[in-house]
Amino acid sequence: MTRRFSWFNATSLTFGFAFLYLPMVILIIYSFNKSKLVTVWAGFSTKWYGELMRNEAFLDAAWVTLKVALVSSTVATVLGTMAAYALVRGGRFFGRTLFSGMIYAPLVMPDVIMGLSLLLLFISIGLDRGVFTIILAHTTFSMCYVSVVVSSRLASFDRSLEEAALDLGCTPFDAFRSVTLPIIAPAVISGWLLAFTLSLDDLVIASFTSGPSSTTLPIKIFSAVRLGVSPEINALSTILIVLVSVGVISASLVSKRAIIRQRREERAAVT
Amino acid sequence: MNLRRALLIALPYAWLLALFLVPFGIVLKISLSDMALAIPPYVPTLDIAAGWTGLKEFFSQLDFENFVFLTEDDLYWRAYLSSLRIAALSTLITLIVGFPIAYGMSRASDAWRPTLMMLVILPFWTSFLIRVYSWMGILSQQGLLNQFLLWTGLISEPLTILNTNIAVYIGIVYTYLPFMILPIYASLEKLDDSLLEAAEDLGCSRLQAFWLVTVPLARAGVIAGCFLVFIPAIGEFVIPSVLGGSRTLMIGKVLWEEFFSNRDWPVASAVAVVLLLILVVPIILFQRNEQRQREQEQ
Repeated sequence: MTRRFSWFNATSLTFGFAFLYLPMVILIIYSFNKSKLVTVWAGFSTKWYGELMRNEAFLDAAWVTLKVALVSSTVATVLGTMAAYALVRGGRFFGRTLFSGMIYAPLVMPDVIMGLSLLLLFISIGLDRGVFTIILAHTTFSMCYVSVVVSSRLASFDRSLEEAALDLGCTPFDAFRSVTLPIIAPAVISGWLLAFTLSLDDLVIASFTSGPSSTTLPIKIFSAVRLGVSPEINALSTILIVLVSVGVISASLVSKRAIIRQRREERAAVT
Repeated sequence: MNLRRALLIALPYAWLLALFLVPFGIVLKISLSDMALAIPPYVPTLDIAAGWTGLKEFFSQLDFENFVFLTEDDLYWRAYLSSLRIAALSTLITLIVGFPIAYGMSRASDAWRPTLMMLVILPFWTSFLIRVYSWMGILSQQGLLNQFLLWTGLISEPLTILNTNIAVYIGIVYTYLPFMILPIYASLEKLDDSLLEAAEDLGCSRLQAFWLVTVPLARAGVIAGCFLVFIPAIGEFVIPSVLGGSRTLMIGKVLWEEFFSNRDWPVASAVAVVLLLILVVPIILFQRNEQRQREQEQ
């Protein structure tokens, strides 16, 4: 039976998506505004993008942010996948409840508390704050997100595939590499992507754990935004929105195709 | 094999112990310390070289003074209460805005649903800070909303929205909307249409069928969505400091200012400990709701 899609559904979807997207569309349009006054349209111009490219402080911050995001998301993906494997396939071990608690807690913990506690740790062990401490902090919270994403995939796939590999003489490590990893790969990749964007995005924890020489882009944006709307920030935001959207959409298309191919192969293997 | 398994568990375990649990111990300890004009700016500090007497000395100097201070200064009480109020009200508004969207998505044709889903998830990936910032240009005195309202003739004077609590509500509803839509959509999507048909065959009007069948079956999703908005909104810092005004009182902002402006680490730590205690209740309720749902599905 066909679902009854009423005028009420159509209106609520239209208004809902307008609400979700209009602010960002307006931001993007006004980043091409010629006028310094951000609320008055004075004609099309790309001069704010030019200004942005000449702004050393922003470029430095962008570089720091990118470095932190690349390293922390990669380490977080390795640790998070290990944690997911330990939780789903590790059986019973000492302190398992505490372990799973520590995986889930950062997902609901306010950023201010995470940031404060990590900063107090770094100070009490005498670690100088800088790029390294931001990486440690970001790895800690994003590995939990990765682990949640990967463990839901691990829990849902057929365990007998792994067992078959073991029966056929694979070592557990070989079985993981040639059977498990290809199957959970889409989840691992989306976990990495999530960790990467979370790191790119984080203001609060980075503010607590960064040193004077290691300003990230969100910290820079935040201090500029407190002074009011600026066309340069609009241009920067537009670049970030476009980059993330292109990345996320293409990743989801790629993974969708991978899933379709995988299903076809599984079906072919059965017949 | 066993060594490998041990290593697999031990590495992430040790990481979380060192960088998640131990820091909390430190926060707790500093919340019991006193502020001092020193580096680090609190006393006592643990002197391991002094051995057992040093440890005894250290513990004898810890007290609950900062927590007493929190109860005496009504700034903190008002900040906790106003955070809870703002979080609760904006959760309610998010539910009212989000439910029809999730409902509409669940009624859309199969061909459309993945696209709609993508459209809901996409804002979640784009920078939180930028999404909050995007409202500044809309809500300011000369902003687009005021320009529009003046143009339509609904108002004759520009409204002050930015830097008030109303802007904070708008910011929270806007940024957390996907968290509300997704769990509600997930529970509505599973809804079997024949149940609605049965209700109508038995004499329900469409509205009655919606109220008696759809809404109860969406309950688990609604509860999950409400917690997913309410819990992070309590400790929110970015939204009140970008969109809120000097009179917007939220505990995340108070903690930040206590730490960065007043440099009072012991009080900031005490604020964090109390905030955590407040959050434990909704987090446990949320976990229980999730667990019940999982059990029902099995």
